[in-house]
Amino acid sequence: MNAALIVYLKECRESLRDRRVLLNSLLLGPLLGPVLFLVLMRLVVGRELEKAEQPLPVVVIGAERAPELVDALRQMGVAVKPTVDDPELAVREQRIDLALRVATDFGAAWRAGRPAQLELIYDSSRREGGSDVERLRSMLENYGRHYGALRLLARGLSPGVATPLVVANRDTATPQARGALLFAMLPYMLVLTIFIGGLWLAIDSTAGERERASLEPLLINPVPRDRILLGKLLATTTFSTASLTLGLLAFLAVGLFMPTEQLGMSLALGPHFFAVALPVLAPLVALLCICQILIAAFARSVREAQTYLGIAQLVPLIPSIVLSVLPVKAQLWMYAVPLLGQQITIMRLLRAEPVPLYPLLLSALCTLLAATAVFGLTRRVYDSERLAISA
Amino acid sequence: MIEVSGLHKAFGDKRAVDGVSFSARDGEITGLLGPNGAGKTTTLRMLYTLMRPDAGRVLVDGLDAVREPLAVRRTIGVLPDARGLYKRLSARENIEYFAALQGMAPPAARAACDALIATLAMQEIAGRRTEGFSQGERVKTAIARALVHGPKNVLLDEPTNGLDVMATRSLREFLRSLKGAGRCVLLSTHLMQEVAALCDRIVIIAHGRVVADGTAGELRALAGEQHLEEAFMKLIGAVA
Repeated sequence: MNAALIVYLKECRESLRDRRVLLNSLLLGPLLGPVLFLVLMRLVVGRELEKAEQPLPVVVIGAERAPELVDALRQMGVAVKPTVDDPELAVREQRIDLALRVATDFGAAWRAGRPAQLELIYDSSRREGGSDVERLRSMLENYGRHYGALRLLARGLSPGVATPLVVANRDTATPQARGALLFAMLPYMLVLTIFIGGLWLAIDSTAGERERASLEPLLINPVPRDRILLGKLLATTTFSTASLTLGLLAFLAVGLFMPTEQLGMSLALGPHFFAVALPVLAPLVALLCICQILIAAFARSVREAQTYLGIAQLVPLIPSIVLSVLPVKAQLWMYAVPLLGQQITIMRLLRAEPVPLYPLLLSALCTLLAATAVFGLTRRVYDSERLAISA
Repeated sequence: MIEVSGLHKAFGDKRAVDGVSFSARDGEITGLLGPNGAGKTTTLRMLYTLMRPDAGRVLVDGLDAVREPLAVRRTIGVLPDARGLYKRLSARENIEYFAALQGMAPPAARAACDALIATLAMQEIAGRRTEGFSQGERVKTAIARALVHGPKNVLLDEPTNGLDVMATRSLREFLRSLKGAGRCVLLSTHLMQEVAALCDRIVIIAHGRVVADGTAGELRALAGEQHLEEAFMKLIGAVA
């Protein structure tokens, strides 16, 4: 039997008996992303929905001076609160979020057909109040436009005279695309799942064996070290792939519970996503696993390896952040960059956009080339004399 | 048969092994005796091909350890200083893993494993996971996995380290049985009683050099001392 296969089977057998590996690879890794995601989305989406439906509390100062306006606001969903003495101070001290002051000469100006003054009192540095202010402002503008039109009609003019421009919004984002913005972090979650899945096996392959003093006896066997490395890499990728598969399935389940329709969006998290994402990510699994083994090989102890890999797993976050902040158009060369290519592909899949075959092949090829290069590097580390020596 | 000539190994400025030559013959137990830090472990590591010598030559049954490391590894069984087991595997699984890596087919591996388990009186622990094994049980398992392929040459680094009297006695008996079977046994130790009780030939190493080489009687005569321990101290002192 091939030595790599012997090592592979032994590593798998041992790992399946290791509660720590099972917990990480088959439970924590696959579930961390989806659960985190579900909680986060529920929180964000739930809050937005709540706000849109709830009455908007506004302190109105001098409501008696504009009874018709206040009635109209009430009908549009404003909960009029009793007046306070110093609204500016109350807003600054965050006792109230938003106040509307009706000027003392409001009634006179209104009746005379002059612009009647209203003041909005709010704190723009407080993010919370932002959408409330916008909501109230648009209510007031609607009300004003309505009466402006009536006044023009009363003078025998068409309201169109006072409306030289009409701007209509035509948002071309499909419901899927809007959802994908929210899901920009999903590719990283999948990368994290790959990482966590192979973590313990990668650490164990060198630092762990060295710490338990079993590496030296292992290397005295008449087996080239690259065979041992290959066996360990295969075992690591097996657990990593298992973790990823379970993670993708968990995301499918999460897709069912997402309140995305309420926000007018949908995500292509169906079986098609699953069937394409897995082969797209497979080369990345190989690359990430061999990188993990390489990094762990430099560590002198398991603890040190954990620290290094903890830092390393933040690196794939960079393309995620860049892609979610800067809306770059996907160029062909991007597919050639490992990690970035898969990231773009996953996002396209989520938007239910067609994924062209040629860039996919390019991405897979380049990622596998990178994995082979890192394997060569790791092999050199394995061949070094110091590898086995623990003390 | 192991032949070592002019072996050198330095780590930075420190010359760990500085011109070691000796030979260990078949059907004999040869002891590498020396104080801690004398270069015994480094010498052994070069013999079992884990380290490359800076200069010098190691021949195991006529095979060059630098040029043909894999062939040499097939002819040797090693109990290194590091003797960790896989604690989630049973003793038998530990042994059979190494048998497979030595290229043995499963039936042959199983038979060899059974024989060693019987010889080392490990029947009761063979099926248990090695987690929680006593020091003696661990050394037995490590020896069994080192010898499962029936190597002609056996190298042991401080084999009785951490063993109690009973375990030490049975290990010595086992090593004598290997010698009786015509194998070449080479062990390193810093314990005088060990070489006195066990070894046919003694190679004393200090500061990376061989300071004496011979039977216990020859060494006593060389140093002009009645007791081996006195002779040892005197011979080492000559270099220090």
